[in-house]
Amino acid sequence: MSKAKIDMIEQEQDKNEKTKNSELKERPVRSKKRSAIKRIVLFLIAAIFAISFLLPTVLTFANSFMSEQEISSNYGVIFNDYTSDSDGKDRTVTYRTKTVNLKLIPDKVVGTQYETVLLKSPDYLMKFWNSVLLTVPIMIFQILIALGAAYSFARFRGRIKELIFFLYLVLMLMPYQVTLVPNYIVNSWLGLLDTRWSIIFPGIFAPFSVYLLTKYMRRIPESVIEAAKLDGANEWKIFWHIALPLCKGPIASVAILVFIDYWNMVEQPLIMMSNSAFHPLSIFLSQINNGEIGLAFAVATIYMVPPILIFLYGEEYLVDGIAYSSSVKG
Amino acid sequence: MTQKKEKTVVLDNEGNEIRYKKKPRTWRERLTAGLFLSPSFFGIMVFFVLPFFVVIYYANIDSIINKEFVGMQNFSDVMHNSSFQEAAKNTATFSLVSVPLAIILSLVMALILEEGIPMKSTFRTFFLSPLMVPVASIVLIWQVLFDYHGVINEAVTLFGGNPIDWFKSDYGQLVVVILFLWKNLGYNMILFMSALSSIPRDVLEVSKLDGASSWKQFWYIKMRYITPSIFFVGIMSLINSFKVFREVYLLTGDYPFGSLYMLQHFMNNTFKSLDYQKLSAAAIIMCVVMMVIIGILFIFEDKVGRDVEG
Repeated sequence: MSKAKIDMIEQEQDKNEKTKNSELKERPVRSKKRSAIKRIVLFLIAAIFAISFLLPTVLTFANSFMSEQEISSNYGVIFNDYTSDSDGKDRTVTYRTKTVNLKLIPDKVVGTQYETVLLKSPDYLMKFWNSVLLTVPIMIFQILIALGAAYSFARFRGRIKELIFFLYLVLMLMPYQVTLVPNYIVNSWLGLLDTRWSIIFPGIFAPFSVYLLTKYMRRIPESVIEAAKLDGANEWKIFWHIALPLCKGPIASVAILVFIDYWNMVEQPLIMMSNSAFHPLSIFLSQINNGEIGLAFAVATIYMVPPILIFLYGEEYLVDGIAYSSSVKG
Repeated sequence: MTQKKEKTVVLDNEGNEIRYKKKPRTWRERLTAGLFLSPSFFGIMVFFVLPFFVVIYYANIDSIINKEFVGMQNFSDVMHNSSFQEAAKNTATFSLVSVPLAIILSLVMALILEEGIPMKSTFRTFFLSPLMVPVASIVLIWQVLFDYHGVINEAVTLFGGNPIDWFKSDYGQLVVVILFLWKNLGYNMILFMSALSSIPRDVLEVSKLDGASSWKQFWYIKMRYITPSIFFVGIMSLINSFKVFREVYLLTGDYPFGSLYMLQHFMNNTFKSLDYQKLSAAAIIMCVVMMVIIGILFIFEDKVGRDVEG
């Protein structure tokens, strides 16, 4: 039953796609030339922007294959010489002789950075593992819990529900520095400070995915649910066998957003965990920037791998999933 | 639009009615609704809402040791604190500049990509790529670009200008705005692209036959359909504009140059100095301001956005 519904929706989308394409072909001939020029110009604009957006990613990747010496000769001016020319005048004098080199292609492609990171110092892998231990539970449980809440918000409505939903919205919009205070209080009460749980628990209950998923769940046609009810399905079955499969795309897209957000967390560990042994790589990475700049790019590239994998796997979901969202209130 | 709602029936793309209002009828249903919500609600209560009452309590006492009730004293202290004022001003400026910019620019990019140019999906991926770069690497690259000896200054001197110490100048905010836009345009753009592609083709066709210029088509048709998305993008951008603190913090540390000193810095530093009264009062002030902003957004959306919702 639900499968058929999904198929139907997909067919509908295909049809939309097709009509769009045929519409493009059927444009009047006279404006064809003008629109072709216009399209080339727009293409170039888009290309320039798109490439400049991609550049930092490529840069990080490319620089990770340079030797540590090459990196420090390229960026040494910025990251090492602060002490020698701290007063402004000296800087202007030395400026022209020492320049920064932004290179996309290494002089020699070497794997020494990776060798150091992966084989010689276990520290990096430990931190990487810390990141996984924090991010993965948050992602999984935040979404599981949010799914229930979203289903409840989408299926049942009343004054109280609206009020609670507003509360979620307000919480979602709070900057971390505001929710940090209540979080910290509870963590110290429960004795969770300096453990991973001090980050995982508040993360699991963060209202962000509740909000997004509610918006998607409200799009599930009432008739589908009514039909299932007539077939004798209880609420749990409707949730599990109908709502969840229909929300596969949105779930994936929310999961990507949540993962990326927590994978890059900075404030939470610094505040909740004074023991740096538990710190994730995102914090460690920022400390490398100040010291071993020669390794920073390789570590960053390794750190980018999970988001990229998730992203490549789920990009279509990300795009589709978003397609359903429209208004603020959902 | 002329006639105000007379019980609108909203249909999905298969013609089924989407029911927007439904009150639980039986106690059984109420119970189920509660059960589905309970894990999340419990967590929200324990970790966010209940401790917030403690925050309110903290904000009203003299100090942790001397638990004397001082009423609004802490609030007025914070309000008159010069670094709080500075931070509030900077944060407000940043959000007021960057959020509208993010909306407009991503809308423009979405319109360009929806124009039927080749390699659309490749570009879309490129635009989303900043999401994947670790924050620390972003910081690294921004340092390479905007440092005093960085690439941008090299270009500036090449064209005969004087190098600027970007992070320690009034341009500091500009650099952060660029960073924010670079990071968030892609996601916003996707939101707009999907809104644009859901505009019924026949509406656009008919308007073209009626001789509407592409500007008119944009303003009178496309704008109507994407208004709800504008609100959504606005909300997401607002959230993300607060998150840019991560990068600013890693780039410039606890006490950055004037224009980069944000409310988050203020909160962080107050937290570190263990001044819980000031911190709580500041948190409550921020909370109230956020609620006002959301309220305004809601009223605005009800006025503008609902006509075309569907």
